[in-house]
Amino acid sequence: MTDIAATAAPSTETATLPARLVKGFVNRLVIIIPYLWLLFFFLIPFIIVFKISLSQTAISMPPYTPVLDFKDGVAGFLAGFRELNFDNYTWLTQDALYFNAYVTSLIIAAISTILTLIVGYPIAYGMARAPATIRPTLLMLVILPFWTSFLIRVYAWIGILKPEGLLNQVLLATGLISQPLVILNTYTAIFIGIVYSYLPFMVLPLYSSLEKMDYSLIEAAQDLGCPPTGAFWKITFPLSLPGVVAGCLLVFIPAVGEFVIPDLLGGSQTLMIGKTLWNEFFSNRDWPVSSAVAVILLLVLTIPIMFFQQAQAKAQEQGR
Amino acid sequence: MNSTWSRFNITSIVLGFAFLYLPIVLLIVFSFNESKLVTVWGGFSTKWYVSLFHNQGLMDATWVTARVGVISATVATVLGTLAAITLTRYTRFRGRVLFSGMVFAPLVMPEVITGLSLLLLFVAVGLDRGFFTVALAHITFTMCFVAVVVQSRLVSFDRSLEEAAMDLGAPPVKTFFQITLPVILPAIISGWMLAFTLSLDDLVIASFTSGPGATTLPMKIYSQVRLGVTPEINAACTILIAVVAIGVIIASIANKRREIQRQLDEQAAQRG
Repeated sequence: MTDIAATAAPSTETATLPARLVKGFVNRLVIIIPYLWLLFFFLIPFIIVFKISLSQTAISMPPYTPVLDFKDGVAGFLAGFRELNFDNYTWLTQDALYFNAYVTSLIIAAISTILTLIVGYPIAYGMARAPATIRPTLLMLVILPFWTSFLIRVYAWIGILKPEGLLNQVLLATGLISQPLVILNTYTAIFIGIVYSYLPFMVLPLYSSLEKMDYSLIEAAQDLGCPPTGAFWKITFPLSLPGVVAGCLLVFIPAVGEFVIPDLLGGSQTLMIGKTLWNEFFSNRDWPVSSAVAVILLLVLTIPIMFFQQAQAKAQEQGR
Repeated sequence: MNSTWSRFNITSIVLGFAFLYLPIVLLIVFSFNESKLVTVWGGFSTKWYVSLFHNQGLMDATWVTARVGVISATVATVLGTLAAITLTRYTRFRGRVLFSGMVFAPLVMPEVITGLSLLLLFVAVGLDRGFFTVALAHITFTMCFVAVVVQSRLVSFDRSLEEAAMDLGAPPVKTFFQITLPVILPAIISGWMLAFTLSLDDLVIASFTSGPGATTLPMKIYSQVRLGVTPEINAACTILIAVVAIGVIIASIANKRREIQRQLDEQAAQRG
C-alpha cells in the first residue's frame, strides 16, 4: 500500500508542475486582460474628462489648451499646475441655466421613476401570480421590446403624441376632446417616453422578487381577517422591497442623464442635463465646459450608483 | 392557482402589454402606408421599402452598423466572459473592488458621459475618429452587459464537474473548453446577442466617438427624424425590428431545443 503511494506521488508531481504553471499564467491573464481594458477605456477617460474640465477653452482642434503636460518635464508640469483653474465650474454656478438643468433632470427622473413603478408593479404582480406554465412566455414578452431599438421606440411615440397624431385622432373621433391635446414637446411627453422605454428595467427585478414570495403568508393574513389592501401593504410590498429598490435605481440613474427622450419628445424648450451637455459639446463646441458638466453629473449620480453597486453585490451574495 | 390569478391581474397584464407593443405595431403598420403623411392611412403600399433600398446613405450606414455590431459584440463577448470568470472565481485579488466597480458602473452610466470621456481619450492618444473608435467604444460598454449575463450563469455552475475533470487529469485549459464552456455557452450566446443589439441601437456613444465616413444607422435615423417623421424611416425601423425579432426567436428556439435535449440526456443517464 505504502509502496504504491510512494511511487505514484512523484509521477503526479511532475505531471502537475507544468500544468500548474500554465494554470497560474492563465489565471493571471483572465484577470489582467479585462482589467487593463477597463482601466484604459473606462477609468482613464474619466481622469481625462476631469483634467480637461480644468483647462481653458481655445479655438483650435482639439478646442482646449492642454493642462498638466509632461512634455516640458517636471518644471513644465508644475507650471501647468498653476494654470489649473476652476473657471468652468464657476461659470456653471454663475449661469442659472446649468443649475436649473441639473435640478430639472433630477425631478423629471424622480417623477418618471415613481410613474414607472406604479405602471410596472401591477404588471410584475400579475406575471408572478400567473400560472407557472405561461410565466416564461410572459417574461419573454416583457424582454422582447428591450431588444428593439431604443431610438425606434422613442420615435414611434412622436407619431402617436403629435397634435395631428394618432392619440388625438382617436380622442377627437370618440368625442372625448374637442381640441387636440398638446403633448409632444412638453414634459408629459418626456414622462411617457421614460416610463415606456424603461418599463422592462422596472418589471424584471420586481417580478423576480415577487415570484420568490410565499403566497401562503397572504392567505394566512386574510384568514386572520386582514383586508386585501392591508395584506398588500403589510406583507407583499415590504417583501418585494429589494425588487422595488433595484428597479427604481435601474430607471432613475440612466433617466437623469437621458438625452434621446428629452431631445425627441421634449422639444427645444425642455431643460435636461444630458441635452445640455450634448448641446455644449456639439453646438457650442465648448469641450471644457461640457467636461465640467459631465464631472458634476457624475458626482450627482455617485450616491445612487453606489447604492446600485451595493444592491448588485447583495444580489450576488444571495445568488451564491 | 387560477383562483389567485384574478381578473385584476389579467387586466393589468393585458393593459401593460398593450402599452408595450402598441407603439411598435403602429410603427410597423404605417410603414406600409401609401400616403406620405405618417398618421393618415392611404392604402397598402411597399413603395417606402423600395425607396429605402435606393437610399445610398442609409444603406451605407446600415453596412457600417452591421460591421461595428459584429466586431464589437464578438470582442466584447470574449472580454465580458473573462470579466465574469474573474468576478465569480477570483474572490480575492488586489483591486477587486475597483474591478467590480468598473464592470457594474457602465451599466448605469449616462451615455453622454461615457461617450464624451471616450472621445476625449481618443483625442488625447491621437487616434483618428471613425469606424475603429466606434467599435472600441462599443466593446467597452457592451462587455459589461456580457459580463453580467455570463456571471449569472457561472454563479449557478456546478464546480464539481470541473474538479472531476481535473482529477481525471485534464489540464485547466482543456477543462475550460470541454466542460465549462459548453455549460455556460447559452449565456455567452445571449451575451453576444445583447451586445450586438446594444451596439446596433446606440446613438449617443456613436455620435461622440464617430468621425467622418463612419455614420451608423441610428445616427442617420436620428438626423432624419429631426427633420420630420417619414414613412421611409418607419420602413427602416420595421426592417431593424424584424431582423432582431427573428434573431431572438431563433435563439430562444435553439435554447429550448438544447434544454429538452439536456433533460432527455439526464433522464437517460438516470435510467442507464
